[in-house]
Amino acid sequence: MGQKTLRCHVGVGPKVAGEALVADDNFSARYDLDRIKGIFSRPQHKLAGQSYVGKVLVVNTAKGGVASAWMLHEMAARGLAPKAILFNRVNPILAQGGALADMALCDRFEDGDVTRLIATGDRVTVDPENGLVTVEAKA
Amino acid sequence: MRLTDEEQAMLGGDFGPARKWAMEHMLQVGRFFDAEDLVPVSQVHMMADTESLGEAGVAFVEEFAKLPPAERRVRVPMITDPRGTDFRRYKALKQTDAMVQLERRAVEAFEALGILMTDTCINYQTIMPPVRGEHLAYGDTGVVIYCNSVLGAYSNFEGGPSALAAGLTGRTPRYGLHLDENRKGTCRFRALCHPESLSDWGALGAIVGRAAGSYWDVPVIEGIISPPSSDEMKHMGAAMASFGSVPLFHMVGVTPEATTLEACCEPESLPCTEIGEQDIADFYGSYGGKGDKVDVVVFAAPQLSLVEMSRVADLLDGKTVHPKTSLLVATSPQVAADAGRMGLIARIEASGAMVLEGMCFYNSYAREMGEANGWKRLLSNSVKLVNIIGGYGYQPALANMEDCVASAVAGEIL
Repeated sequence: MGQKTLRCHVGVGPKVAGEALVADDNFSARYDLDRIKGIFSRPQHKLAGQSYVGKVLVVNTAKGGVASAWMLHEMAARGLAPKAILFNRVNPILAQGGALADMALCDRFEDGDVTRLIATGDRVTVDPENGLVTVEAKA
Repeated sequence: MRLTDEEQAMLGGDFGPARKWAMEHMLQVGRFFDAEDLVPVSQVHMMADTESLGEAGVAFVEEFAKLPPAERRVRVPMITDPRGTDFRRYKALKQTDAMVQLERRAVEAFEALGILMTDTCINYQTIMPPVRGEHLAYGDTGVVIYCNSVLGAYSNFEGGPSALAAGLTGRTPRYGLHLDENRKGTCRFRALCHPESLSDWGALGAIVGRAAGSYWDVPVIEGIISPPSSDEMKHMGAAMASFGSVPLFHMVGVTPEATTLEACCEPESLPCTEIGEQDIADFYGSYGGKGDKVDVVVFAAPQLSLVEMSRVADLLDGKTVHPKTSLLVATSPQVAADAGRMGLIARIEASGAMVLEGMCFYNSYAREMGEANGWKRLLSNSVKLVNIIGGYGYQPALANMEDCVASAVAGEIL
C-alpha cells in the first residue's frame, strides 16, 4: 500500500482528487458515451456500462472527432463528467475541451504506460499546473 | 509563449472580454502543446451543432453575442459545420421542439458574432478550398484531414471552443501540423488493390487509420495506381480520421507533399504494411447484417457532393423505398440549392427518401431520433458513420451506394 508520484507534461484545469477508472482503450465523448446517463455506451469499449461520473479516467489516447471539445464543457455543466482525464498521449481536441470545461487533463507520463501505472479504484490526485499525479493504491 | 503587442493587448482585455477569453484559452492550449507563439490564420471552420454545444455551450456563446459589435465580431472569415437539425424537416425526423429552439438560439448567437452559417462539412468542395501552405483553424476531422493532405494546407483539429478563439483573434497556437517537422510520414502502407466504390475507399482509410492509431502519426500510402476523385479522397480521409484520429496522410505521387516517397518520409526506417482485397472484404464482413431487416439507410458523413446526389437520384429513379425502411440523404445547403434547381431532390424524394440539408446524421441527436423512430439496424456507405453510430444505440452495417439503395427498396440488407 504505497504512494507513488508520477511526472507528466504540464496539463490544463484545476488540481483535483478522485478514484481512478482505468482502461487500456481510447476515448471519445461522442463515440463512446451515453452522456445523459453518464456511462460508457459503445458496446466494444472496455468500460462499456460503467459510470465515469466523478472519476479520474485513465485511458490511452483520444480518438474520433472534434465534438468532445464542446461536450466536456456541456457534461461538466450538468455535473455528469469525469473529474479528470489522464492519457498516454492526447489529441488537441480533448486538451482544448479540458481548457474550456476547466477539467483537469494531463498526458505524456515519464514512467511509461499510464494505464498500467494506475489501477481502477486507486485514489489519484492530479496537479496539472505542476505536471504531477500522486497515486495511492486501493486497499 | 511569445506574444505580439496586439496579442498582449487582447489578452489584457483592451479588445473586450470575448477576445480576452480567446487569448487565455489559446495560451492554455499552446502551453499544453509547447507552442512558442501564435500563427495568423486566414479561415476558420467551427463545429457548432447543439448536440455537442448543449445548453451550456449555447449560453456561453450568447454571452459573447451580447457584447458591442466591435468586441464580438470575428476577425477572419469563419464558417460552420453541419447543424443538429434541418429546420424544414425536424418534425418528420421526430426531433423535438426543444432541440430546434436550442438550434435557433445558437444560430442567432453565432450570426451576431459575424459567423457565416454554411452548415457544411464539405466546404473544401463547395465554399472556398484552401491553398497549399495556408494556415487555418478548421474543425471537423474530415475537413481537416482533406485540407491538410489533399490541398497541403496547415491545420490542427480545432474543436468548437478553439475555433471560436481563432475566429475572435485571427490566430491559433503554432503546434502540431502548423510545423513542417510534424508533417513527415511516420508509417507506411501499400495498397495491393485499387478501391472501387466510395465505401471501399472508406474501408482503406479505416484500416490505415486504425493501424496508425493516433493524432501524431502520419500515414504514407503507396501503390495507388490512379488519383482518386475528390469524393473518394473525402470518404477515405473521413474514415481515417474517424478510426485513428489521424489529421494528415500522404499518398505517393498524388498529394502535394508526397511527389515521391522520399519527399514525405524516410522510407528505409519505416516498415511497410500491405493492404489487399481480403483486408477490405474482411472490414465489410466485420459489420455483417446480411439478410436483416433494415430500419434506416443513411447517406451522410460527409455530406453528399452534387455528384453523389446525382448518383443517388439515378439509382432511385423508378424505385420506391420499402414502407418499413427510411432512406435519408444529407447534403449541404450549397449543394441542396443546385440539386433542387436541377431536379435531383425531386427525383430522390419521389422514391419516398428524404433529403436533409445543412445537417448530417450522427451529430443530429441520433440517439433520440433512433428511439423516436424505432431505428436500430442502420445501413450506410459511410465508413465514418458506421464507426460512430454504434455508441448511439444503433447496429450499423456497411455496403456500397448501389447495395444501400437496393437494400432500402427491399427493406432488408442484401
